[in-house]
Amino acid sequence: MPGRPNYLGVFATFARNSLIRDMTFRGNFVIDTIASASWVFMNIGFYVLIFRYTPMIGAGTGWGKYQFFLFLSTTLVINSLVQAFFMTNADEFSEQIRTGSLDFALLKPIDTQFLVSLQRVEWSSLGNLGVGLGLMGYSLLRVEYVPGIVPLVLYPIYVACGVVVLYSLMIALAACSVWLGRNQTLFDFWFYITNFSRYPMEIYRGTFGTPLRLFFTFVVPVLVVVNVPARLLARPLDPRSPGQWLLPAFAVFAALAGFAVSRWVFQRALASYRSASS
Amino acid sequence: MLARAATSWTILRISLEERLVYRGDFALGTLMRFLPIVTQVFLWGAVFSAVGSADDGQARIVNYTYHDFIAYYLLVFVTRAFSSMPGLASGIGRDIRDGTVKKYLIQPIDMIEFLLLYRVAHKVVYYAVALGPFALVFFLCRGFFPGWPDGPTLLAYLASLAMAFLLGFFLEATIGMIGFWFLEISSLLFVYMLFNFFFSGHMFPIDMLPGVWGVLVRAMPFQYLAYFPVAVFLGKVSGPALARGLLVQLFWVVFFAAASRLAFRYGVRRYSGFGG
Repeated sequence: MPGRPNYLGVFATFARNSLIRDMTFRGNFVIDTIASASWVFMNIGFYVLIFRYTPMIGAGTGWGKYQFFLFLSTTLVINSLVQAFFMTNADEFSEQIRTGSLDFALLKPIDTQFLVSLQRVEWSSLGNLGVGLGLMGYSLLRVEYVPGIVPLVLYPIYVACGVVVLYSLMIALAACSVWLGRNQTLFDFWFYITNFSRYPMEIYRGTFGTPLRLFFTFVVPVLVVVNVPARLLARPLDPRSPGQWLLPAFAVFAALAGFAVSRWVFQRALASYRSASS
Repeated sequence: MLARAATSWTILRISLEERLVYRGDFALGTLMRFLPIVTQVFLWGAVFSAVGSADDGQARIVNYTYHDFIAYYLLVFVTRAFSSMPGLASGIGRDIRDGTVKKYLIQPIDMIEFLLLYRVAHKVVYYAVALGPFALVFFLCRGFFPGWPDGPTLLAYLASLAMAFLLGFFLEATIGMIGFWFLEISSLLFVYMLFNFFFSGHMFPIDMLPGVWGVLVRAMPFQYLAYFPVAVFLGKVSGPALARGLLVQLFWVVFFAAASRLAFRYGVRRYSGFGG
């Protein structure tokens, strides 16, 4: 009986195999990368256009053009990581449940959630990571504030937290295919929910905005995904105001709790799985 | 003639029945498609909060107030319900690649006419089912609208919607026919979708585009797929500009109707019947 599998080694093999597979159709890979990058450039163009007409997104919020571009680049970085590592896999997972091929994953001597979540790496999605980092560097040169060492250390940690929150939401929704059979609408739902994370949380205010903001911060925490790391880069930390520290502290909690909940949903889903084939 | 009408009627009826199978899922999906409008309401609210007010106390961006912007996005949903043709070009491309297209060559049906009737049926069912969700959303958002336009404007609006449908159909059909020459057209379709999304006014009113960009985008047919009918409804184009706009839209419809015909005629000559 072999011992605990070497998870890192297995993941490295997944990544390598995916790269080999992508490199088999190099032309396609290049086109995919260019296609998603051009989509991103069009989006950046849209915001450039908005900032021709307004100095700031939300009066007095501090999200001026380059601050917002730091926000946008954080969105790009987080989304490209989620797309590269999890999106295809979660999609595949729903399909495996529907067709019954999840049986093969269950038989393997490795944690099923690990196997299902990470077996394919979409390398072409990492192109947008480059675009995001480029935009980030460009915007950092143009904001007056220079982030210190603490925000720079915390930034990748909060990006990781954001990726974990989005991953948890996605895998939990995909696992629901066990009970629903078909899951296209739920995936659309994921897209529509994460749509809320794409803007600074300050824009949700007023009679309807405030409850919306609280809901998407504390119940379905998609608002902390981009907001917390982006604030680290775009604004100087002000430790005197307690609110500055509460949200980042909550973001760590949200990531851990989100992961725990998704793990629980995943296990429950596996327990209810009845295999569709034969 | 009578036989031809009977065939058309049968095609329309079968397509209608086929489409009604999934009506529940469909109505729910339509309602959910409005969810992004919630973020748009807040995004533009925030954008406008930092824009200075004009003389009448209303902040404006290219002559659109905040309410105009939200009304614009809601009305774009209506235009897109007419002009968007999900799967049309890719379907034609696939039929050419896997050889299914030969059924139009053997049977006494005209491919373009068949596809057009099929789309009409789909759209009719779509409107019947989507009317509920659309009415609900527009009722909830009625405060954003300036009110109904006058009779002639409304007629012009309906005409531009009908032409938006035809233009959407013939434009996508033409692109699908390119499959006769290239077989694999998915990258081309991606470029088309990208252009369509950004330059049709789907994402923002194209009045916002400055200088040469505005001129370029206005010279392309995409604006008639989303922007133009909305601008008519909101009274952003009127008088001679409205008449000219409708004529140019008609020109593009005729142009792409002819282009799709020609592409089909010459494409079929090249066609070598791949697949079983």
